[in-house]
Amino acid sequence: MSAPRDKFGRPIVVVTGMGVVTSLGAGKQDNWRKLTEGVSGIKTVTRFPIDGLKSTMAGTVDFVTVDPVTSTGLTERLAEMATEEALGQAAIGAKADFPGPLFLAVAPVEVEWPQRLELGRAIGKTEFGYDDMLRISGGGRYTKYHHRFMFGSVASHLAEAFGTKGSPISLSTACASGATAIQLGVEAIRRGDADAALCVATDGSVNPEALVRFSLLSALSTQNDPPQAASKPFSKNRDGFVMAEGAGAMVLESYESATARGAKILGVVAGCGELTDSFHRTRSSPDGKPIIGCMRKTLADAGLEPEQIDHINAHGTATPENDKMEYNTTAVVFGEHLPKIPVSSNKSMVGHTISAAGAVEAVFSLLTLEHQRIPPTINYEIPDPAILFDVVGNKARDAKVTAVMSNSFGFGGQNASLILTREPV
Amino acid sequence: MTEPKSPGAKEVWITGIGIVSSLGEGLDAHWDALNGKKINIDDKRFAPYIVHPLAPVTFDAQIPKKGDQRQMEAWQRIGTYAAGLALDSAGVKGDKEILGRMDMIVAAGGGERDLAVDVAIMTADAKGNSSPAFLNERLMNDLRPTLFLAQLSNLLAGNIAIVHGVCGTSRTFMGEEAASIDAARIALARIESGQSEIALVGAAHNGERSDLLVLYEFGDYNLKEKFAPVWQREDQSGFALGSAGCFLVLESREHAEARGAKPYAKLTKVVADLAQRKQPGAVTKSLEALWPKLGIAGDSGNLITGATGAEPVTSEEKAFLRQHPGFAVRATGTMFGHTLETQFPLGLALAALSLSRGALFPPNDPTGFEVEKTDSPDQIVVLGAGHWQGEGMALVEAIK
Repeated sequence: MSAPRDKFGRPIVVVTGMGVVTSLGAGKQDNWRKLTEGVSGIKTVTRFPIDGLKSTMAGTVDFVTVDPVTSTGLTERLAEMATEEALGQAAIGAKADFPGPLFLAVAPVEVEWPQRLELGRAIGKTEFGYDDMLRISGGGRYTKYHHRFMFGSVASHLAEAFGTKGSPISLSTACASGATAIQLGVEAIRRGDADAALCVATDGSVNPEALVRFSLLSALSTQNDPPQAASKPFSKNRDGFVMAEGAGAMVLESYESATARGAKILGVVAGCGELTDSFHRTRSSPDGKPIIGCMRKTLADAGLEPEQIDHINAHGTATPENDKMEYNTTAVVFGEHLPKIPVSSNKSMVGHTISAAGAVEAVFSLLTLEHQRIPPTINYEIPDPAILFDVVGNKARDAKVTAVMSNSFGFGGQNASLILTREPV
Repeated sequence: MTEPKSPGAKEVWITGIGIVSSLGEGLDAHWDALNGKKINIDDKRFAPYIVHPLAPVTFDAQIPKKGDQRQMEAWQRIGTYAAGLALDSAGVKGDKEILGRMDMIVAAGGGERDLAVDVAIMTADAKGNSSPAFLNERLMNDLRPTLFLAQLSNLLAGNIAIVHGVCGTSRTFMGEEAASIDAARIALARIESGQSEIALVGAAHNGERSDLLVLYEFGDYNLKEKFAPVWQREDQSGFALGSAGCFLVLESREHAEARGAKPYAKLTKVVADLAQRKQPGAVTKSLEALWPKLGIAGDSGNLITGATGAEPVTSEEKAFLRQHPGFAVRATGTMFGHTLETQFPLGLALAALSLSRGALFPPNDPTGFEVEKTDSPDQIVVLGAGHWQGEGMALVEAIK
């Protein structure tokens, strides 16, 4: 039996339960099968009219519906589904009595258009302003919308449903949020504040305004036809990311606590790292130093050398800037070892699940370790000659994988990386 | 039943404070305003709703580039400004070595909407003029491309990184009042355990927003018609939204001493809870359960609360406070309004300021619930009970 502490004397943090929902389906089994078969979950949006939009496809989770229709409601339901799966696998605590805190990565919340239009229609005039809206908003008729559109509402619901302990934390680090949720859980266990933590990341926010916002920043692919070919990480003709929905959940435990209760250990979160880029709101520092520093901090946190990483689950959004920057920085960190590291982007199939991506991809990284098989980067027909990754293009690849680095980079200079291993290192 | 600190837990000092609010900016202005029992409200602009508007601020002083200011909406400017004040106060402004490894936890909501765009779409819809493409076309054509970045919760932290160079780690917590209680709690835990040495923690809120008034009006939380101090709102409950930004620099004692920093106070404990508020009295019970975890000796002292004035939570909190009659209470909501995520850091800041000045600021409460306290405080409890959920407390202590 390995020692319960890592080489720095900290409690080893293991994963004992995982759950995932994406446009490919609900659950690890369905997702893994389709991921390794190279199936895309990207479709033309049918949830709302797409007239007038530049990007008309997304990785929506259409097999889950909520009433009333809100992105926050869907976000909450996806989180619940992923968490149920993770808790079912971990078999920890009792029903609605999880023995630790909740760290939830969730998209920022606001009143949404169906509700805003409902309010506008209720005013009973055709010319009005926010003052008129205010006059009819009170009195109890819309109390449910107060609760629905509070930032803390999703975490509050999950905390009650699953009986997590203490004050649940809702967080956003943009596209790195999922990784940050896991990092917060790891830190809590390493501090000895908790023996177990529930880390969940969720995003159900494909709605017209969200699509428009990313579209106006020229971040989205406009290669709408066929939609499943739009997301082209590392390809020369990539032109942006595809918005998507999903959720990932992980039960983290100290190695000691997991082994004491005889839990099956699915993998280890060996290292986490984070380094902020102060260059620009949406662009990375041209020298790539913050991303390089983030990866190096993560390696140091895990106590691993670059040559000990044998797979990178890339952020790989398929924006022209991200993929180039990710290659340039990774090349600096891994040097001559880089050609030996197969790299893949799950976003080619599931799209960019934004707030959920870091956790969804951490789940996929652990499944990669379990199955010793790397899911492909689909739509890899015209490799970008400036990106010399060993891309696992179009077909899954069997490989010996012992340590995966999963990267997440987001607007606001957010960089976070995780290192996941099968066994304690 | 004090929760013992883990062996070797580091002492955490508050070495920097930045405040900007309806009462002004900086520590001296706030100390004077509190002692002068100043309250700054606007009951006309959003009448019948009352807000505490931001005092005039020259943003250039902390955000020198106009281009940066243009990229931000008001809440981000307020926060970036307050963060700059905190860094100045800690003496680390411009210190690239320290800022480059400084951790940051920001508690944030979201940014203001483009109200004109909203109203144009809603009125067209109400007239029945909206084809299926209408919403998409209006949003595509009328939204400013960079508005999204001024709305995104984590972009307050992003702007602080860009403007001030705080770029160790950057985390944004969300969830109204509780977000900043947890921000302080996690920053403290990280420094105590050695996971971090120095951190910037805080929040910002723009209370002068119709869209926020609508959101809180859904739950009938807004104070209307007539201003009254927080403890005098039992007949007409509610909060008056306030604009404020407040940031603190927290660091380990060793780190502070090594660089010769002067502390305002020590942050000893932060505890938090999420009571399921389904039964009357749930908040009172939650606060009673948190209290012993602070490890306070004796039954007298000082307490600064972010009590909102909204019901039923304010009465439930009052029931808890009545069980501790030896504590002199101060409600920041009376002077600053309700600043949501900013209320708890504001409480911490005023506690540290009071400790460093050797006095608790005077009561501002005609009901007599807040009592005079003249002796020099050693400890101040900071309390936060969110308007609809989230409870927490902190213990701030003088450094002898």
